[in-house]
Amino acid sequence: MQSKDRINDFVVQIATVNGTGSSSANTLLMKAIFRMGIPVIGKNYFPSNIQGLPTWYEIRVTGEGYLARSSKVDIMVAMNAQTYAEDLACVVSNGILIYDGSWPRAELESRPDISVLPVPLSKMCNESFTGARARILMKNIAYVGVIAALIEIDRDVVRQLLSETFTDKPDLVESNMQAFELGYDYTQTEFNCPLENRLVPMDAMSNHIMIDGNTAAALGCVYAGATVGSWYPITPSTSLLDAFGKFCKQLRQNPETGEQNYCIIQAEDELAAIGMALGAAWNGARAFTSTSGPGVSLMSEFLGLAYFTEIPLVLFDVQRAGPSTGMPTRTQQSDILAAAFASHGDTRHVLLFPANPEECFWMAVSAFDLADRLQTPIIVMTDLDIGMNDWPCPELTWDDSYRPDRGKVYSARELSEMDVFARYLDVDGDGICYRTLPGEHPKGAYLIRGSGHNKLGGYTENADEYLEVVDRLRRKFDTAAELVPEPVIETSNKSSCAIVTLGSCEGAVHETRSKLAAEGVQTDYMRIRAFPFSKSVIEFLADYSQIFVVEQNRDAQLRSLLQTEAGVSADKLIPILSYGGMPIACEDIYEPLLKKITQGKAA
Amino acid sequence: MSFIKKPRITKGLPQNGLGLSIVDYEGAMSTLCAGCGHDSISAAIIQAYFELEIEPHRVAKVSGIGCSSKTPTYFLRPAHGFNSVHGRMPSIVTGANAANRDLHYIGVSGDGDSLSIGLGQFCHAIRRNVNMLYVLENNGVYGLTKGQFSASTDIGSTARKGGAVNQQPPIDPVLTAINFGCTFVARGFSGDKQSLVPLLKAAIQHPGFALLDVISPCVTFNDHEGSTKSYAYTRESERTTVYADFIPSREPIETDLVQDVTTVTLHDGSRIALRKVDDDYNPFDAGAATAYIRDHQDQGEIVTGLLYMDEEAQDLHAMNNTPNTPLNALEPSKLIPGAAKLAALQKAWR
Repeated sequence: MQSKDRINDFVVQIATVNGTGSSSANTLLMKAIFRMGIPVIGKNYFPSNIQGLPTWYEIRVTGEGYLARSSKVDIMVAMNAQTYAEDLACVVSNGILIYDGSWPRAELESRPDISVLPVPLSKMCNESFTGARARILMKNIAYVGVIAALIEIDRDVVRQLLSETFTDKPDLVESNMQAFELGYDYTQTEFNCPLENRLVPMDAMSNHIMIDGNTAAALGCVYAGATVGSWYPITPSTSLLDAFGKFCKQLRQNPETGEQNYCIIQAEDELAAIGMALGAAWNGARAFTSTSGPGVSLMSEFLGLAYFTEIPLVLFDVQRAGPSTGMPTRTQQSDILAAAFASHGDTRHVLLFPANPEECFWMAVSAFDLADRLQTPIIVMTDLDIGMNDWPCPELTWDDSYRPDRGKVYSARELSEMDVFARYLDVDGDGICYRTLPGEHPKGAYLIRGSGHNKLGGYTENADEYLEVVDRLRRKFDTAAELVPEPVIETSNKSSCAIVTLGSCEGAVHETRSKLAAEGVQTDYMRIRAFPFSKSVIEFLADYSQIFVVEQNRDAQLRSLLQTEAGVSADKLIPILSYGGMPIACEDIYEPLLKKITQGKAA
Repeated sequence: MSFIKKPRITKGLPQNGLGLSIVDYEGAMSTLCAGCGHDSISAAIIQAYFELEIEPHRVAKVSGIGCSSKTPTYFLRPAHGFNSVHGRMPSIVTGANAANRDLHYIGVSGDGDSLSIGLGQFCHAIRRNVNMLYVLENNGVYGLTKGQFSASTDIGSTARKGGAVNQQPPIDPVLTAINFGCTFVARGFSGDKQSLVPLLKAAIQHPGFALLDVISPCVTFNDHEGSTKSYAYTRESERTTVYADFIPSREPIETDLVQDVTTVTLHDGSRIALRKVDDDYNPFDAGAATAYIRDHQDQGEIVTGLLYMDEEAQDLHAMNNTPNTPLNALEPSKLIPGAAKLAALQKAWR
């Protein structure tokens, strides 16, 4: 049973049909709460479809500032008759269900433990607006009004947001406000307002923005100075290149001549997309591509080539649920192993694991610097949850003294002063060689090849010459471990038990740890932010006898990597896994973890 | 193949306007079979760049996988080369060209690399009108894997061993290219260097995607009686429509010496002179060119020469409105918008 007043701590879920324009209404609702200074997250659960299938939007109001979804629904706005039964079933006891009462439904009255509020949304909108599309859209705004009355959203904030959305269309501000008032006034008149679940303004969101990871990563690419983006559309990574294009148009186009200081190429497939990025990077541009799991499979051949020929490259893998086509609109972290060892032969890649949009931004920049520094592909492993959902983040910051690190590249002048240049000499002993760019100087020329080559770049099938190159590549990977972002570590010195996780699990793990701490169970914490594992990752792991590894895939892929690459014995790594495609929630971790800690104690 | 190191003797050799001799355009010793058509093409490529007076290090040479794709090692030693993966050379060149529009790009491929595994990339690079020379060294056979039919093998052509007869229709790169809007389409024969060098020169200077399909007999696996890509068969069946030559902007055209010459002026003022052999042929009409090539093909002839061109089409850079300065040479200050713009941008996300 819930306590009476639940201020700034509840979930509103809206069940609609995709293609009905509800997403702007849902964003309006979430943004209004955000503008009231209250931490809020929005998660969109949408189908791989354009129109007509069920879709849900979860708004979690969380005064505590938790970042994970909740698995409980306090207020359900059931706008889709197809899913009435399941929407009714998932409301918590004492919760609320709102539905379009234009057509009363007796079956929705079957749960005496919740309050059902029928609001004649269609009827009201049909009376007030003309045109089928307008009526559907206004119905969405009307349910925003209903919720606003119930949880006390400030109407002025709503008006302000609408006027920002429709800057050039004041008529639309008025008609949207009219729809909002229809829902708002009806609710105030007919029901007891506000609910026990309601908002009280806070000041927790100043200097914060609401942004999705794909937008933030795209902005990172702009700020890293990337000029060539080649890609093939695939959910959930498409919006990354879309955003890159939008920002480039805004920030990189000469307003007078229309000249564009960038080139975006929509390729014919993922093979070509990465080939183009590779060609551009070989030629000295900062180039990248973005994709999801199926694209990584297709790109593996080129990833191997880039690894072996040592060409800088940035790849974003916005992970979705696999295997194969899998569930394109559901999230997972199931490409970890595929990405780490993408391509045949002894191949290994540097991976970065951002946990939120803010990290997507700066890790995108780091990825380009690391790619140039290490002359190898850097794969930024985000996921659908980070990439496509809006997250509250501290404002992004930028240091104007930043200069791209282009790594070891000989200039024409340096080449002219040299007797001979050879491509794969480990001059500095760190496994990273000096490269040259095509066209710079005749002395810099060499033929780059995916076939066996010696340290001079020449073709070889000689064992010793081959070993010299592949063993140096292995050493270069050790150098990478010193350069990649360090883990986030929180220790209390009180615990022998640690939770290790990565990426978008962070919010749910953080919430779990708070909940455990409240129960008197202390846990230490490490969030890994890159592969290969740095020294501090290895050292942390050595300190604990029981390590819970939380990740979003079936096969405990991070755990495998910790075994093989960090030398941690399997018996102390306990997997906690969530892989149904929904973003991980605290309850996915809390119960299993508590059970296993207890078991450990009993044994 | 030979293991003898190439002598580097330049004394007494003629020099081009850059003061370079033909040796400066050569590469390593070929490791292909003696008599391979591909080596003749490499020699023609060397000649063409030498005569065009292009600095060899300002060329980027890219290839895929196969016998033909080995050849960038054998020409233009001072040029950067990229021997990539099978069938993917077009995407590498597309990206490279996007990054630096100032280099000359030559992609070398074969019929396996271009018409089987790489058919998609071949077609799409054409659609983008990437400014490059695409040399398709076409021998109608898989050489490195020892003699399988390729996608350009003609119906009825026989395998050297085992007596297999190809029954599948071939993919004709020339017709395919015209069909996809290729802006320069030509076919040559490795055994006819006289015609090949001018075709290469015109193709190199063409400001867009130039396909040069070169029939290049495989002496080891496809030069026998019964093959339609043998030296003998090609010599007997070749029918040249339009001879092309490239004329630098500084040289006048002595039209009185050459009859029936049409010239096409390129953006930089240089010209391509076309000398028609067949009055009926119109290399500016894609439909008519296609019909002609097909027609003569049905009669067992291999149509060669400059087959189609369109000098007006926009290339990749024009379509993307990129600046004249190559993207890889833009200063960070032109690319990175800075802290103030980032702050302004974020107002939209509050």
